[in-house]
Amino acid sequence: MDMTTLPLVALADLFPRGVAQYAVGGLLIGLGVAVIYLGTGIIAGASTFLESTLSYVSSVPRFNRAKYLASRDWRVVFTLGIVGGAAVYAFAFGEFGWTTDVQWWRLLGGGFLVGVGTRVGKGCTSGHGVCGVGSLSETSLVNVATFMAVAIGTAQIVAALGVSP
Amino acid sequence: MRGDDERGVAFTLVILLGGLVFGFGLGLSGMAKPEIVLDFLQFEDFGLLFVMGGAAVVSGVTIFGATNFLDRAPLTGRGYTRRLKTMDRNVPIGGVIFGVGWGVSGICPGAAYASVGLGNVTILWAILGMFLGAYAQGFVRSSRADDAGATAATTTD
Repeated sequence: MDMTTLPLVALADLFPRGVAQYAVGGLLIGLGVAVIYLGTGIIAGASTFLESTLSYVSSVPRFNRAKYLASRDWRVVFTLGIVGGAAVYAFAFGEFGWTTDVQWWRLLGGGFLVGVGTRVGKGCTSGHGVCGVGSLSETSLVNVATFMAVAIGTAQIVAALGVSP
Repeated sequence: MRGDDERGVAFTLVILLGGLVFGFGLGLSGMAKPEIVLDFLQFEDFGLLFVMGGAAVVSGVTIFGATNFLDRAPLTGRGYTRRLKTMDRNVPIGGVIFGVGWGVSGICPGAAYASVGLGNVTILWAILGMFLGAYAQGFVRSSRADDAGATAATTTD
């Protein structure tokens, strides 16, 4: 390989889809959090919705703690907003109706572990990853470093086993 | 039950607006597509570094500015705080479980809700799994609390 072209080739290899939509999308994710935070003082994470919403249909004490009963209604609104915002994106960019090819058992089984892990670990990609890291919380940095390393290892093993997609 | 955080129409609209922007960003960034997340985790496309970095920078600047220079949130009267959860062994344990699940499925909670907005009905498998996982975790933890309460007559949270 011609050494003078190496940096550009390497960059295209690292970012085959470019970086613009990633960077702007990330800024908007942060902006959504910032709007809610500045207006209400609430640090909104996405995964507490799972537990707080279960309180509508379950009498398990864990889901019916006061802080969940107090927040479950706005968490439904927040989630509906997320669905709606992504729908606006999809219609604006002609992507509505896109479906994943990742196999159902990966989604169901992986989703189950995500559901357990976010509740045991006190947050998810938005709670720890965006808000906690943004707060320079040591707890969140530990959690994010852990799940990133484990997720990379897991995905590589799954791919190496020949599971695709 | 009406929660303490419900402060009328303006409160609800701000939550909705924040959710809309958040969801639009998840759609644009590709986080709502498991294929793109899995490409990142398999080192085939490092674009997600910009997603997480961009989001954390905006939230970081906002939280830093508000906690240092602003008083109270206009719609609730809450003081501005950082997101600081206590550290214990559950934090890395939960991170490992979450990481395996994220590595297998390529989807996390907020991104899964956004994926529904793309019309991706297949992602409902993942959301079903997340609810089942959260239910299982909560059920087990509540049961353990009951056992502890029965033997030691104390409750902890």
